[in-house]
Amino acid sequence: MNLGSDIAYIDTFHRRKVRNTIFKIIVIVLSVITTSPIILILSKLIIEGVGQINLDFFTQLAPDTFQAMSAKMSGEKIPGGIVNGITGTLFLVLLASLIAIPIGIMAGIYLYENGSKRYTNLIRNIADIMQGIPSIVLGIIGYIWIVKNITHGFSALAGSVALAIMMLPLIIRSTEETMKMVPESIKEAGAALGVPYHRIILKVMIPSSFSGLMTGILLAVSRIIGETAPLLLTTLGSPVINFEIDKPTSAVPLLIWNFYNDPNMIDLIWSSSLFLMGFVLILNLISKRIIAHREKN
Amino acid sequence: MVENNINIQNPVLSIRNLSIAYDEKKFAVKDVNALIERNAITAIMGPSGCGKSTLLRAINRMHELYPKIITKGEILLNGQSIYEMQTIQLRRKIGMVFQRPNPFPTMSIYDNVIAGYKLNGIKLNKDQRDDIVEKSLNDVTLWDEVKDSLFKKGTFLSGGQQQRLCIARTLAFNPEVILLDEPTSALDPIATAKVEELLVDLKKKYTIVLVTHNMSQAARISDNSMFMYLGELIEYGKTEAMFTNPKNPKTEEYLTGKFG
Repeated sequence: MNLGSDIAYIDTFHRRKVRNTIFKIIVIVLSVITTSPIILILSKLIIEGVGQINLDFFTQLAPDTFQAMSAKMSGEKIPGGIVNGITGTLFLVLLASLIAIPIGIMAGIYLYENGSKRYTNLIRNIADIMQGIPSIVLGIIGYIWIVKNITHGFSALAGSVALAIMMLPLIIRSTEETMKMVPESIKEAGAALGVPYHRIILKVMIPSSFSGLMTGILLAVSRIIGETAPLLLTTLGSPVINFEIDKPTSAVPLLIWNFYNDPNMIDLIWSSSLFLMGFVLILNLISKRIIAHREKN
Repeated sequence: MVENNINIQNPVLSIRNLSIAYDEKKFAVKDVNALIERNAITAIMGPSGCGKSTLLRAINRMHELYPKIITKGEILLNGQSIYEMQTIQLRRKIGMVFQRPNPFPTMSIYDNVIAGYKLNGIKLNKDQRDDIVEKSLNDVTLWDEVKDSLFKKGTFLSGGQQQRLCIARTLAFNPEVILLDEPTSALDPIATAKVEELLVDLKKKYTIVLVTHNMSQAARISDNSMFMYLGELIEYGKTEAMFTNPKNPKTEEYLTGKFG
């Protein structure tokens, strides 16, 4: 038995253990660093914002500078809420979804059905590039196409078109991916019963991939709901509740931008941001639920 | 050279000079001629890639789902060319069951049985629906097993039950011919036995054409057998005669397990 090599063995074994521990510590530290911003942001928003959230916050219009200033001078809470922003955001999301969902799902079905033809690959690449278009550019497009030429003024329509363009690539790709997950045999079953192609798509494929489509749509909505830049150039904002597509409309991110620009209303930033984050969080949770439910079946 | 040792009067189907190619050069089915006997089970056997599934799919034009397919020759159903019929009419008369059970995952057992009507937008009143469901499920001996859970999803059933549900879905249209593409290859032996028993029972009312990999299955349940090799119909005859005394050396090699 060779004592020397034994000692060398113990030595390398010890060194390995140390290296392992160092590596573990690095991994833990890095993962804490990546998760801490979300915790810091959320806690900051809750601490600063939760005081402003009450029934008025959801039912009253956003205050004007004068109301906010007088409240601030007499040391009271800033009156009013963000109801025009909430309704505006919901209205814009609804309009954008009405535009993007049918087009996106149909384009997704087209990509799924036509696999790897050259033209299909072109569309697929365009959809991927579309995801990378800066949102302010879409704002400019919305301004030039809709504001200048169609509604002749800032409008909800212009904003929702810009948002719809942002949603499209997400919906197209998620539709294609979900359709791919439906087994080919289900389609054959339909065909063997003599069901025409369009009915197989509508009555077999879409119901079978419904949860996947919903997840894609929810993720697209949570992607656009906080967008500010494209809305600044298209819907502008409004002090009142608006449900007309050719009129300027408010939105929660636009209100946050306004609050930020007015030193008297800066306190409202926190509560509005908290609301927006909560909304996105809930959408994400719902889509996670849907995914989990689908995997169970 | 086809060894055709069978004489069929009043056939349901006549396949005439049928050739099918997936592209110009590669023929999957080459010049097949055959008559299919009414109220009998006809088994199509052969090694993988011999064109048996393609031939089966051609009988209700399911092969047309592949783009660029080339079909020559004709198939007559009761003397009428199937290429002159609308696919919905044709597939109502010639149903198909697949290798893997494929009930519609979003539909209940009940809806799966009448899926052919629902998906084609054919209106039925409730009594008609109930009748069809009960009769079809009875025909596949599934009624007693599922009558209390008709509105549960079809995908909760066992594999064998799902396959029988798929057969019931085909029977709901009251077809003349049922095509089965290796219907038991995904099932366990007990479920297989049940499906085989069912097929023997069903041939009283329907004509059955069955593609199978399993020679003993063909020997057990079929009346007539076809042996295909490299797209050609090598031998066609009464199952008993073919298994005991194959005419073509290729058939003999296959049946004795020399290849396949």
